[in-house]
Amino acid sequence: MSGPVVTARNLSRHYESGGGMFKERQVVRALSEASFSIQPGKTLAVVGESGCGKSTLARLITLIEEPTAGDFTINGVEAVPENWDSLRSQVQIVFQDPYGSLNLRHRVGAIIEEPLKIKRPDISAADRADKAREMMAMVGLRPEHYDRFPHMFSGGQRQRIAIARALILEPKLLVLDEPVSALDLSIQSQVLNLLLDLQERMDLAYLFISHDLSVVRHVADDVVVMYLGRPVERGSKEAVFSAPRHPYTVALLSATPSADPARVRKRIKLEGELPSPLAIPDGCPFAPRCWKAQDRCRKERPLLDDADHAAACFYPESPEDNG
Amino acid sequence: MALLNIRNLSVEFATGGGSFRAVDGVDVTVEGGEVLAIVGESGSGKSVSMLAAMGLLPWTATVTADELSFDGRDLRDLSASARRKVIGREISMIFQEPMSSLNPCFTVGFQIREALKQHLKLDSSARKKRALELMEMVGIPAPEKRLTAFPHQLSGGMNQRVMIAMAIACGPKLLIADEPTTALDVTIQAQILDLLTGLQRDTGMGLILITHDMGVVAETAHRVAVQYAGWKVEDQPVETLFDTPHHPYTAALLAALPERATERRLPTIPGVVPGQFDRPRGCLFSPRCAYADDLCRSTVPPLQSPELGRAKCHYPLSVPAKEEVQ
Repeated sequence: MSGPVVTARNLSRHYESGGGMFKERQVVRALSEASFSIQPGKTLAVVGESGCGKSTLARLITLIEEPTAGDFTINGVEAVPENWDSLRSQVQIVFQDPYGSLNLRHRVGAIIEEPLKIKRPDISAADRADKAREMMAMVGLRPEHYDRFPHMFSGGQRQRIAIARALILEPKLLVLDEPVSALDLSIQSQVLNLLLDLQERMDLAYLFISHDLSVVRHVADDVVVMYLGRPVERGSKEAVFSAPRHPYTVALLSATPSADPARVRKRIKLEGELPSPLAIPDGCPFAPRCWKAQDRCRKERPLLDDADHAAACFYPESPEDNG
Repeated sequence: MALLNIRNLSVEFATGGGSFRAVDGVDVTVEGGEVLAIVGESGSGKSVSMLAAMGLLPWTATVTADELSFDGRDLRDLSASARRKVIGREISMIFQEPMSSLNPCFTVGFQIREALKQHLKLDSSARKKRALELMEMVGIPAPEKRLTAFPHQLSGGMNQRVMIAMAIACGPKLLIADEPTTALDVTIQAQILDLLTGLQRDTGMGLILITHDMGVVAETAHRVAVQYAGWKVEDQPVETLFDTPHHPYTAALLAALPERATERRLPTIPGVVPGQFDRPRGCLFSPRCAYADDLCRSTVPPLQSPELGRAKCHYPLSVPAKEEVQ
């Protein structure tokens, strides 16, 4: 089958918070109207600052939570709660913090085998161990690590264990929620190389969630930029990085420090901070911090169209502005 | 004369498994008005060496140094109370996690005034006025209202501004910022870095920036010290460090940056930073170094000349003779 691994249409997730006898419940719009699709062997990167809904998106796609609106398919199968059980082995996740996401009381072998135990109860214990050892070799762990505990490993090694655990069920899609941001630079490159190798070998699709634009630039094929729960720009990596159209993307790119002291930069200074997701402004959510905002931006919300390189903005940057 | 002058600083921690040397023979000098960045991965001893200079380490730590002077005074033989007069007033520090370094039980206004009360002879109304001034200086909007806010009512970026206001409250000569932007988003990081460098320029204080982010270093520092496993392996002005690193570790670290990648596979540094029980005998970087030979594995490398970035290496890279040929 060669269709996209995931197709999402207008995915939204709202949470209700507070409320009580005399207070009305408030709605947190954590994610609104996200649409995208990922082909096998490709990486879609989701970038944005904290509170932009990237982790909510990860929780929806990994079938941890149900969307409040919109729908998505995994390998062409509609993801509704009745299907979750069968779909879960096709979508796995690697979390940011390898210190918090591994059970300290289990041995590495047991951690890696656990998904098999749950999803493939028909496999014998010996076969399970074989599979786990095979997977450990694949992610660059040594055979003697099988009987060790997570505390005996460094951050990079732990992230390898987490990757092995995610891949043991041979998923089609791997959701990577900030997989390298907790790692040191020299270890980060080892893990990124491993992820790229595995993608090539297993034809995996990645949903790569990160706030680090230099990492995204290296691994992504396509990029979605999110702001306050909404995708504001979507396009191929080359297009988004070389000719960003949404002012927020432009600001984000200019704020990212570059490891080149000689580079003269004009940094766009964004005023203020992210508004609370409880009180998302009417109109364009970025308007209060945008230097190009007009009256129209404050009244009407710009929509993301279906173009290859789309930006949810009334006055997008034209390529000449960036030249 | 240098503002802060540290020579041959070593810090040993008494641990359950014997003593562990977290910092080993590090020299640090900072001039007034200079921005020094100390970079290194976790476990490189970059925070510990600064905490040692400030005397903030727990009793399990043994600090030794040939020289540890600040502004002409020897910090080693200051009494605890005399040290407290210097720390917080003339040297101050900003920590990584603004949320956990502020006291959640007191308003931010109280916490800024506390620093003033401790060190300056100001009466209550003058303290309040100064606190307002400070909050304006660090760019907190509506400071009158924010003075009575508790840390949980402010965002991470605002809390970090409060930390900076506290740190600069008494007009320090040296500000040590330990990963000041690591917990913040990039757009907020840009704001905080601009604020710190702006304050540094305006007041002429020395600034030590401890970080692991090469991008932050490139944009803010004048001079860079690279640390690895408790050693200082290189010390260079920022422009030349990024162009011609002399220590193989610095070179490998720069090559591993995704933004410098030329192909899909990133160059990596094999292995991990040595821990307490697997410290190699000679050069600490030798097990991971592409150029290491038997000499590196048996003998601790010497310090090279300042022209070679004071690299702690037997075989520094790009020695000037070669550069001229290029």
